[in-house]
Amino acid sequence: MTSTEERSTDIREVDRIVVRFAGDSGDGMQLTGDRFASASALFGNDLATLPEFPAEIRAPAGTLAGVSAFQIQISDHDIHTQGDAPTVLVTMNPAAMKSDLPKLEPGGTVIVNTDAFEDRNLAKAGYDANPIEDGTLDGYTVITAPMTELTKEVCKDIGVKPRDAERSKNFFALGLVSWLYSRPTEPTMQWIREKFAGKDLVIAANEAAFKAGHAFGETAELSASRLTVRPAHLPAGTYTNINGNTALSWGLVAASQKAGIPIFLGSYPITPASDILHELAKHKNFGVRTLQAEDEIAAVGSALGASYGGHLGITTTSGPGVALKGETLGLAVSLELPLVIVDIQRGGPSTGLPTKTEAADLMMARYGRHGEAPLPIVSANSPSDCFDAAFEAVRIALRYRTPVILLSDGYLANGTEPWRLPDVDSLPDIPVEFASGPNALNEDGEDVFWPYVRNDDLARPWAIPGTAGLTHRIGGIEKEDGTGNISYNPENHGRMVALRDERIKLVAESYPATEIEGDADGDVLLLGWGSTWGAITGATGRLQRAGHRVAHVHLRNLYPFPNDLGEILQRFEKVIVPEMNLGQLSAMVRAEYLIDAQVISKVTGQPFTTGELVTRIEEMLR
Amino acid sequence: MTDTTVTTTKKDWSSDQEVRWCPGCGDYSILTAMQLLMPEIGTSRENTVFISGIGCAARFPYYMNTYGIHSIHGRSPAIATGLALTRPDLDVWVVGGDGDMLSIGGNHLIHALRRNVNLTILLFNNQIYGLTKGQYSPTSEVGKVTKSTPRGSIDTPFNPISLALGAEATFVARTHDMDRGHMQEMFRRAHDHKGSAIVEVYQNCNVFNDGAFAAITKKDARTEMLINLTHGEPVRFGADGARGVVLDNGVARIVDVADVGVDALVIHDEAAPDPSVAFALSRLAGDRHSPTPVGVFRAVEHEDYGVSLNAQLAAAQADAGPGDLHALLHSLPTWEVS
Ligand code: SF4
Repeated sequence: MTSTEERSTDIREVDRIVVRFAGDSGDGMQLTGDRFASASALFGNDLATLPEFPAEIRAPAGTLAGVSAFQIQISDHDIHTQGDAPTVLVTMNPAAMKSDLPKLEPGGTVIVNTDAFEDRNLAKAGYDANPIEDGTLDGYTVITAPMTELTKEVCKDIGVKPRDAERSKNFFALGLVSWLYSRPTEPTMQWIREKFAGKDLVIAANEAAFKAGHAFGETAELSASRLTVRPAHLPAGTYTNINGNTALSWGLVAASQKAGIPIFLGSYPITPASDILHELAKHKNFGVRTLQAEDEIAAVGSALGASYGGHLGITTTSGPGVALKGETLGLAVSLELPLVIVDIQRGGPSTGLPTKTEAADLMMARYGRHGEAPLPIVSANSPSDCFDAAFEAVRIALRYRTPVILLSDGYLANGTEPWRLPDVDSLPDIPVEFASGPNALNEDGEDVFWPYVRNDDLARPWAIPGTAGLTHRIGGIEKEDGTGNISYNPENHGRMVALRDERIKLVAESYPATEIEGDADGDVLLLGWGSTWGAITGATGRLQRAGHRVAHVHLRNLYPFPNDLGEILQRFEKVIVPEMNLGQLSAMVRAEYLIDAQVISKVTGQPFTTGELVTRIEEMLR
Repeated sequence: MTDTTVTTTKKDWSSDQEVRWCPGCGDYSILTAMQLLMPEIGTSRENTVFISGIGCAARFPYYMNTYGIHSIHGRSPAIATGLALTRPDLDVWVVGGDGDMLSIGGNHLIHALRRNVNLTILLFNNQIYGLTKGQYSPTSEVGKVTKSTPRGSIDTPFNPISLALGAEATFVARTHDMDRGHMQEMFRRAHDHKGSAIVEVYQNCNVFNDGAFAAITKKDARTEMLINLTHGEPVRFGADGARGVVLDNGVARIVDVADVGVDALVIHDEAAPDPSVAFALSRLAGDRHSPTPVGVFRAVEHEDYGVSLNAQLAAAQADAGPGDLHALLHSLPTWEVS
């Protein structure tokens, strides 16, 4: 494609496009991308998004550090990732071009706000010459527009000051891209009116900029670049476009409703988990109590206190917070009370990369407490899947009366995808039973209540304060099996350690059979967990089409492993584990099943792309 | 579930667990005071919860025949906060020592106080680490020689009452383990207070810090060394009330009443909205050899956190109706695929 093709009114149909909006943090790229995603969702495309932004709230304007980007893939068929290389790159300033042009596919389209390409900005981005003019963009289709000036011009007529008008230039970009890819315009107009209700000038400026961008496409002979993507054939139902943190919050609320006990969330703000606190704080009419605690330890402590009292105690955090909560998690293991710990993983160690994704907390979740302190681990696969994963974590916590760690990550937290809404009546009830009377006989043959008598699941009774006849004391010191009294007896400690181990292993009996996607009797198994699901699913399909006999298993439950996993792994000649760490799941399955699981790791703060996975897997199969 | 009309005795409130403090430890008299007080308070055992952290004092819950958690070091105010906010029907007590509450758990203590969570907090201050066998604590005096400070402690200690007042506590009191009646009065008032209440109990650790408070709490010293704070009364003490406290540029100073006249003395006002005078009085416990105020320093009404939180829930339900899961899932823009 070149920009000199003849003008045509035909709009070329493609099965998918990948658009990347890139600009300065102050340019509104996240909002622009989000609007494009919503319009595409309402149009009926399948889609997946990846927002990427700096950790600083206001990184220096115009620098590489300040670049904020939003990538979206829209498709006419079922897709699972934000796409590999963008087909189209929108660059609002030189820094965005510098950092993101290498990501663009060969021959792709670059849309440039030429107004931002002046000397000072070029220097900040590290360009000696203007890349629009020096041949840097050779081989790409280039669409240039003086977006800032054109926006100021249309805003002048409606009485908006030039400085204020400048802020609307992202709507010019959105208008232009919407025209190029035949997106419906009304949802965005309506959104502008609702979002800025009461600020008539802002509404007018944004609408004018959007329309000007749209008109620019029509009049600037850009028709050759027009593409469209038809609606996807998704299963029938009602859809909404959702990100992982919202889906996770709703999953917790749904589980609380189905269990009939209210949520208590103790949380301390931390990126990228804070949005769950924000979301749950909105839902007080569901009986949700939220406490913004003084620190991570108080957050989990208060949640545990609430669980002790018969509420659904939850704490949400990221890796650094899980590290701080470790001792309290040990107490929760010892007290055998329900508790859900949500870890939205981010790059580590230490502060690491707060706004970038990584999945390197699995070992911490599994082993990160002193003593033998096992607890179940659940993980989410995609933004909408965070709903189901949260529901599953609550189910396990309440049935087995144990702390459960739920792993998500920064990519799932902020990424979006269309979600076919479940029928709320079809969600299973989660039975909750509080102890109500004596459960043992003492030496004198009297009916008594002992806190550590177990049921068939090896769970102890949930005996909440306020229940007459059940007063008892529990604590972190080792307890005597049954009575729960303090015990330093060596055999008893051995027995209690074994019981805590065994009872968590029993959780696996409640899982459904493990699903195998692809060639169930093939040669190669791709074993994954977490947000790699989309990329591995895509890679599995491509490898199969290339003639490889490949299957994919994605683990919902990372501890205990499903009971059928060992047998499945044995069936394959080769087991490959792609993961966003140096090989944590692969080490765990090696230890557990004595198989030669090979890791494909990526620890760059970026999710896997399907293409790179295919390449790396093919190398391993050679 | 609750039965608050039952009549109970000390025996009902004593658990079947053997008490394992060192013989002669001040904790025994505190436990007895509590077990004797409980029947008088008239609440039920099942609606009472004791939560503690780690330390000698933290064994307390095991000996009360109520609900209880012996948790982890320093975290009891946080755990108790979660319980109190979700279960306003319960009496939640928090028990801990000076290491537990002021060192490793200092952050949780001050935040529980400033939020005014409905907790009754008993701080057993023995100015030493007992369970770890005798290191200095955040309330030990400068110069204290212990295993971890062979040349004497160089840490400036906390004054727990000053700290609590600075943390916006709405009820602050001090008592000591040698006076059961006074302890019971303080515990009862703290229990009846809505919101967070803290009582500092001077407690003798006869193994590692014996006699730390003897100069002020032993029977024949009390008259001259303990300043009983009584609401609405001039602050005076000593034989025949010969001594008293005046404010000198905001600083509390001990005087002979004969020198200044009764009218010059501070009139104790525990309900004063501003804690400045209470703070000034708290500074009178500079060492353990000079007159020290005991009693209620501050008792003010302020809405407790749980009440405020639950009011927000009720308001949200009144505004939006009870939670509707279907509506929640459809609250973002949706579209149909057929
Ligand atoms: S060490 Fe001190 S505080 Fe602890 S039980 Fe013994 S006497 Fe009491």
